[in-house]
Amino acid sequence: MSDWTFERPPELPLPQPSEESAPFWDALKERRLMLQKCAVCGAISHPPRAKCGSCGAMEFVWQASEGVGEVHSYVITHQAVHPALTGYTPFATVEVALAEGVRMTSNLIDTPPEQVAIGQPVQVEFMDVGEGVVLPMFRRQQGK
Amino acid sequence: MSFSNAVAIAGVGETDYSRDSGRTELALSLQAIGAALDDAGIAAAQVDGLMKWFVDTSSEAEVAVNLGIPDLAWFGEINQAGNVGAALVAHAAAAIHAGLANTVVIYRGVNGRSGRRYGRGDVTGQGGRGAGAFTEPFGLLTPQHGLAMSARRRMFETGVTSRQFGQQAVIQRKHANRNPRATFHDRPLTLEDHQESRLIVDPFHLFDCCLESDGGGALVLTRPELARERRPDRPLALIRAAAQSGPGQSSPVHRTAARLFAMAGVERSDIDVVQIYDHFGPFVLFALEDYGFVEDAGHFVEDGGTMWDSGKLPVNTSGGHLSEVYLQGMNHLIEGVRQARGESTSQVPNAGLSFVDTGIGTGAVILERSDA
Repeated sequence: MSDWTFERPPELPLPQPSEESAPFWDALKERRLMLQKCAVCGAISHPPRAKCGSCGAMEFVWQASEGVGEVHSYVITHQAVHPALTGYTPFATVEVALAEGVRMTSNLIDTPPEQVAIGQPVQVEFMDVGEGVVLPMFRRQQGK
Repeated sequence: MSFSNAVAIAGVGETDYSRDSGRTELALSLQAIGAALDDAGIAAAQVDGLMKWFVDTSSEAEVAVNLGIPDLAWFGEINQAGNVGAALVAHAAAAIHAGLANTVVIYRGVNGRSGRRYGRGDVTGQGGRGAGAFTEPFGLLTPQHGLAMSARRRMFETGVTSRQFGQQAVIQRKHANRNPRATFHDRPLTLEDHQESRLIVDPFHLFDCCLESDGGGALVLTRPELARERRPDRPLALIRAAAQSGPGQSSPVHRTAARLFAMAGVERSDIDVVQIYDHFGPFVLFALEDYGFVEDAGHFVEDGGTMWDSGKLPVNTSGGHLSEVYLQGMNHLIEGVRQARGESTSQVPNAGLSFVDTGIGTGAVILERSDA
């Protein structure tokens, strides 16, 4: 499996940032994973929100994430239910539970679909996908 | 006056179900509405309310003109996808209860196979916008993707298995085999067929996924007095309770269930027959647990608990979305009414309380049989 490399289907949509999420995507361009943090109660949210889900405040700061977590769940697309996936199946998508307590949808860049497992410790890896867009991808934590 | 049993579903109607209707979606809705009005014995001119699925393409104005409604006093839709049936029933019944309308028709007409196919990411995708910015770039592009993700996690947490999902698919197919309207009326299904069917989005096999269908369905809601006057010859389906729930995470199922059963004043064990929105079959098992009907749905289904005739709690007795038709919960509501009236092709004897869920995040109703 060491020679297996994730190939991202080029026709998959690229993220269209909103006002709330723009700082998240902008930080990725500098290869930093930032999470939205409530300026009042400190609750971390992802995806970014307009209003804190814990205390209702509408002021936020951005906190650097460690970028580590584990696979919370995953799916494997076998039938190309979207034209972008044609020729790229089976294709695994994972949901990563980050150490900060939020979940993030992503792909594993070093793990073939048949080896993806819930609980696998992972760490973030940045992927430049062109057009100035960097996506947060994940790989297995070393030695785990 | 209490909301409970203040409004009846006085008529139900549907078109034939197919993969290529050859008609417009408006024509499908109008045909189904005509059948439902005939069933209720109520003239179109008496209808003063229209409600529809937000995603339905036939506007209330178009339908009103075509039906010849002289005074449309109430209309509306709920901005969600397919899973709004019970919420629409709640809204329409509330309007009637409040005196804002007398007779409300709820309709759904869709060419979901020959037209826009909901299972296709190019139809349902958001182009990376909104919440899709965080999922679509990574390959989650369709309804089945997000739901498969939560199903996989649930399998991990509870130990429920694909074979148990398959058992429910087999049971629903048996119900469809008894229902001449059902798309899969003539096609049996075995557990082996389910397990050997191709994976669409793992963990969903082909036979965990709903049909894609062309067809229409309609409900007529009105006061029980009028309904009874028009059809004194048969039992009536009263709305004993209706509960709406918020989309997304804004109201978990157990909270909806608590409100619903409190309004109805009954226990889970009082329910005789259940319909559950099965865009994907595994969610039937999850809903059985989340509504509080059973603690371990996997083993309950494996032991035939949801099977008509022999099971303790028959579920999706028309075949559901998996095997009857994918009318986005409309067919579940129609079947729930038929059970309360004693008219199902897999009729639960003496069904007094008929439960219908129309999708995670929108709600459910409890219908009560009221004898003539």
